[in-house]
Amino acid sequence: MSELYKLGIKAAAEGLSRKDFSSVELTQAVIDRVHDKDGEIGAYLTFDEEGALAAAREADAARAAGVVASPLCGVPIAIKDLINVKGQPCTCASKILEGYVSPYDATVIKNLKAAGAVCAGRVNMDEFAMGSSTENSGFHPTHNPYDLSRVPGGSSGGSAAAVGGDLCIAALGTDTGGSIRQPASFCNCVGLKPSYGRVSRFGVTAFASSLDQVGPMTKSVEDAALLLKVLAGHDEMDGTTPHDPVPDYAALLAGASLKGVKLGLPKEYFIDGLDPEVKAITEKAIQACTAAGAEIVEVSLPHTEYAMAVYYIVAPAEASANLARFDGVRYGHRSAKSDSVFNLYARSRAEGFGPEVKRRIIMGTYVLSSGYYDAYYGRAQKVRTLIRRDFEEVFTQVDALLTPVAPTPAFKLGAVQDPLTMYLNDLFTIPSALAGNCSMSVPSGFTAAGLPVGVQFIGDAFKEEKLLRIARAYEQIRG
Amino acid sequence: MEFENTIGLETHVQLKTNTKMFCSCLLKTGCEPNTNVCPVCLGYPGALPVMNKEAVKLTVMSGLMLGCKINQHATFDRKNYFYPDMAKDYQISENGNPLCIGGGVEITKADGTKKFIRINHIHLEEDAAKINHYATTSGVDFNRGGTPLMEIVGEPDLADADEAIAYLTALKEILVYAGVSECNLEEGNMRSDVNISIRPVGETKLGTKVEIKNMNSFSGIHAALEYEARRQRECVAHSIPIVQETRRWDPDAMETAPMRSKENAHDYRYFPEPDLVPVALSEAQIEEWRALLPEKPEARRARMIEDYGIAEYDAGVLSQNKANADYFEAAAKGLDKKTAKLLCNLYMSDVMALLNASGKAIGECAMTPDALRALITLSAKGTINGPTLKELLPEIFEKGGDPEAIVKERGLGAVSDTAALEAFVDQAIAANPGPVADFKAGKKAAAGFFVGQVMKLSKGKADPKIVGPLVAKKLAAL
Repeated sequence: MSELYKLGIKAAAEGLSRKDFSSVELTQAVIDRVHDKDGEIGAYLTFDEEGALAAAREADAARAAGVVASPLCGVPIAIKDLINVKGQPCTCASKILEGYVSPYDATVIKNLKAAGAVCAGRVNMDEFAMGSSTENSGFHPTHNPYDLSRVPGGSSGGSAAAVGGDLCIAALGTDTGGSIRQPASFCNCVGLKPSYGRVSRFGVTAFASSLDQVGPMTKSVEDAALLLKVLAGHDEMDGTTPHDPVPDYAALLAGASLKGVKLGLPKEYFIDGLDPEVKAITEKAIQACTAAGAEIVEVSLPHTEYAMAVYYIVAPAEASANLARFDGVRYGHRSAKSDSVFNLYARSRAEGFGPEVKRRIIMGTYVLSSGYYDAYYGRAQKVRTLIRRDFEEVFTQVDALLTPVAPTPAFKLGAVQDPLTMYLNDLFTIPSALAGNCSMSVPSGFTAAGLPVGVQFIGDAFKEEKLLRIARAYEQIRG
Repeated sequence: MEFENTIGLETHVQLKTNTKMFCSCLLKTGCEPNTNVCPVCLGYPGALPVMNKEAVKLTVMSGLMLGCKINQHATFDRKNYFYPDMAKDYQISENGNPLCIGGGVEITKADGTKKFIRINHIHLEEDAAKINHYATTSGVDFNRGGTPLMEIVGEPDLADADEAIAYLTALKEILVYAGVSECNLEEGNMRSDVNISIRPVGETKLGTKVEIKNMNSFSGIHAALEYEARRQRECVAHSIPIVQETRRWDPDAMETAPMRSKENAHDYRYFPEPDLVPVALSEAQIEEWRALLPEKPEARRARMIEDYGIAEYDAGVLSQNKANADYFEAAAKGLDKKTAKLLCNLYMSDVMALLNASGKAIGECAMTPDALRALITLSAKGTINGPTLKELLPEIFEKGGDPEAIVKERGLGAVSDTAALEAFVDQAIAANPGPVADFKAGKKAAAGFFVGQVMKLSKGKADPKIVGPLVAKKLAAL
């Protein structure tokens, strides 16, 4: 009972319903674990323990009364620090929002609360989700629970470290160009980036509006299915969420098998420069799938080579507008040295934003400038359409794609100083984000040094149930 | 050398919706600052815009009234600029792909000729917040922030200030008619920026354009245009180059002055708003809204002349104001042309006078159109006489009530029984030998005195149209 924090959603839900333990006990176990371990990992930014325990007591009362809204009832979930929870801080790991208290719940939080879930602490990230190592946090870096000298990946590094280090039962992350999948790969967890529009973005601080998605980061594929069910669906408050029904993803996992499943290997993803151990683990995954009856097909996504360039035009452009609101006028950091409106903006932003955020705002502002729009943003949107068509085409041939998640396992803190090298971490996760497909990272093995490595499955848009079945089947046979 | 003006207007019209453009905050004036606000209109982290469908509907209805082509796949863009009045530091607007394209309005020039003023497009956007300046500080009131605003961008088809005002008047008339806006200039729900350039008569190339902002009345726009047309001519006369710039109208100094260059040098970095999907409008939807459109004032004027046989001038005045026209037509329902004409005369003189005196709109008076119809019918049938009509109208206007019941209850029916009236005439003649002598001595005007006496004896109920000839007949027979 002392190791309740090790449980995933499914096991926790079963234990709660069998009354093996209460939500208060489960939540307290997570809190104790955080006290015990987070000093060295640094996954959390803040943790409203009283609030979490109060929610746990409510969940216990509900279960006692026989009112169980969902399997998540009473299960503590860690929240990435850019998702608004009423009455809690929402700093986006940025100094510019230090002291800000959110006045409202994001739709995903409303959904979690309606499901009876306990909003646990707020986990670290790269500032405004810009980065691949969580070193860009304005407060402190997070360490990889599998090797404290290494990064947990990013930007959802706090979520991944909390799940991988058993500092929570499950977590919410967000993915813009790989921010759920790459840290999931680095920290041995399941990370699902839903199709664009599957999950409401209302209340999720925007980085790049046409790419951002909230998704589950969990200890198993089944947990991801359980959590996605609660998160997904149309939201009146987010015009980009269609009315597609939300299936019972977890129930659909029953009998998942790879027999006869067509898995595509996009040749553009198997490149020189891939870390040999990552390559070996990916190849082993392919063999395991073949052995389980999957049909492996080589496919091509011909516009892959442009994805990185397109992403680093579209995402910063949108970010430059999305982050304009942090101006020191209504909330957040206001420079004490401002003597005019212009200086209020300039100094508040100069003091509040970190270097990577500033770099992307400058890039985004540049590509949208008069005279450059057509050459950059306009052209990038056209190429993005071609990338999307690549995926549409390939999904007429295969059920899912199998690729590496990131070119390397977790690297050492401070090892990657050059922004461009850092950007290469998202090489394999960016294209499907641009296309709006669903994709996920599933733990696949360990390097000789004991670092986890995931494999990526990419599915057709709004076919999460199919993607999850394939991932579940793989999870069972990966050995 | 003689010069001509080229003038084009950009008119912002606040739409009559209950809630804001992208959130459900109420649009109310006169509230404490920052009380009708939410995370969306305050630009809080994570907030997203939700399209106000009513605003789209009202814009499309405006477009249909103005003969625009309706775009079935309009899109929104972000217009980026830092200013405390814009919570997100970008405005959601429509840059390249607006809801309504083309169209125009016909104006009547001073010489009575008609001119068609083209509209380039109409787009929908959100209004900025209001900045209040105090002695040592400034405050932003976001109650107005996010109000749905429709911008009507006119083509440079206007030749002078009078035409500009005629254009704005016509626009206002149509938009108020369609019920899309109050177009109340004092409350700032109709605002215009103007563009003006001059060129030698006969020249085809346009001159250098100057934009003028900060006019909050038609007279301000008129004065600013007159001033600027004069200023540009003087520039040319003194060989001073006209600079393309934005100038600010100073209503106290009655002149325009250049705005600081910083305010001029905007690069708005427009790009498509990723938080909103394109507005998809089906043909059926557009037709459904078209069916809601009222008749245009111009068409209504013509029809009212035809239907009621009223004068062109009267039809013009009535149709200009939708409330008056609607009221008149409701009151005229079922009346023959002769009575309708009497109704029109009564409305144009007495009812209008009552409206002016009370400061009320017709919808605010207690008199129903049915009551007015009953009143004019009583008068036309001779049931009541003219003086009774004039006496009852203000009373019913103010307090309401059924004219037939009032006439019956108070016995106000006109006395048109000749025998009874003859008795009154005889009585008057017998009682007033002096005026009788005057009449006999040739003072024909004395007859009027006897009509008055008869009216008095009948307590005002005698029908003067019968009394007049009767008095004349009796006096002649003396």
